[in-house]
Amino acid sequence: MSKKKDDKRIIFNSEQEMPLVAMSLGSMLYNKTGAWRNIKPVIDLSKCIKCGICWKFCPDTSIDIVDEWPVVNYDYCKGCGVCAEECPEKCIVMVEEEK
Amino acid sequence: MSKERKMTITLPREELMSSGHLACQGCGATLAMRYALKALGQKTILCIPACCWSVIDGPFPHSSLDVPIYHCAFETAASSASGVRAGLDMVGDKETTVMAWAGDGGTFDIGIQALSGAAERNEDFIYACYDNEAYMNTGIQRSSATPIGAWTTTTPVKHYKKERKKDIIGIMAAHDIPYIATASIAYPEDMVKKFKKAKDIHGTRFIHIYAPCPTGWKSRPDDTVKLARLAVQTGYFPLYEVENGEKWTLNLKIKERKPITEYLKLQGRFRHLKQDEIDLIQAEVDNNYQKILKKCGL
Ligand SMILES: Cc1ncc(C[n+]2csc(CCOP(=O)(O)OP(=O)(O)O)c2C)c(N)n1
Ligand code: SF4
Ligand code: SF4
Ligand SMILES: [Mg+2]
Repeated sequence: MSKKKDDKRIIFNSEQEMPLVAMSLGSMLYNKTGAWRNIKPVIDLSKCIKCGICWKFCPDTSIDIVDEWPVVNYDYCKGCGVCAEECPEKCIVMVEEEK
Repeated sequence: MSKERKMTITLPREELMSSGHLACQGCGATLAMRYALKALGQKTILCIPACCWSVIDGPFPHSSLDVPIYHCAFETAASSASGVRAGLDMVGDKETTVMAWAGDGGTFDIGIQALSGAAERNEDFIYACYDNEAYMNTGIQRSSATPIGAWTTTTPVKHYKKERKKDIIGIMAAHDIPYIATASIAYPEDMVKKFKKAKDIHGTRFIHIYAPCPTGWKSRPDDTVKLARLAVQTGYFPLYEVENGEKWTLNLKIKERKPITEYLKLQGRFRHLKQDEIDLIQAEVDNNYQKILKKCGL
């Protein structure tokens, strides 16, 4: 059984609302880890050879494949820079985040 | 690149680990879990003792993993997994894979008694140890998986670790369990293949995963995959399998091993080492690599 996969945070208002055993009811998607980022990856798609390497090595599952292109999900990307380091075509650059 | 061309996807597409988890930037342990679950699929139950992963997953009632997790006490990964397996057997569930998922501290040190006991009984589960070479969750204390020469908070620079890393594969192989493998987050296709293979074997299966930790190793987060790759290319962490304690197979033969300095120099935890100490570590790596080649009949 899959649990709920939306980005709602679950808050119990009373004991009665809690499950009888400690079990997870929702995902961590409510936790927008993009706020941790200092530098952000920007992909130059004109150089991309669609090798899938950035998607493969993202520790935060934050590169989606949309219409057969890699797309960074900035809601969650923590800015670790692994994708930029691993891209064989060097088409990802890490740029300073404007805050 | 043309619009029509498809992305090259070399791993199962399904993601059982979602974003929003609590790991540090560039955490290798996270990649390890992502790949392991890609291989095992949703019919999996995890037993996770105290370790970074018990935090990474997220606070109750949320979880970043789409499989059930039993959070167990630090020393009990293998005994908990034995119990979960027995429970599933009682209700006739043969389909679900049980996996103990522990850190190096929970495996090499505090959980080794439970692990050895389970392996001796040949309990039917996968035991995966993600090795970040110290007790990271509690603030970088040395474990028996910490390599010689490394700084940790309990082996400070003047008293850096003088003991060798424990040979966990040798210990597990001595139990003659059906399947043992080493895996690296820099070689995800190999890792997925090994977890899939392990899934179809019965008895105790042990997978040792090399998982860099930028926070504890004082390395750059973007070097995580590079470090894991260098560990293999230098011969520090060779990729191999041991079946039934006797059939040793090297999965990736490195023709020209890189010097260990290339690996050491990217990590602050080795910064204090002088040339003669590095030479000693190089000799140690050479020696271990030759031993493994020999066991693999090469
Ligand atoms: C019996 C017991 N002793 C100590 C602890 C404190 N503790 C929690 S996690 C941890 C370190 C775990 O290290 P490791 O297994 O290598 O996993 P990592 O945190 O590195 O991922 C320690 C010492 C505990 N939870 N239980
Ligand atoms: S910077 Fe890190 S977290 Fe962000 S998309 Fe790249 S690999 Fe993922
Ligand atoms: S301390 Fe290390 S192992 Fe733990 S979450 Fe951070 S990077 Fe990962
Ligand atoms: Mg550890």
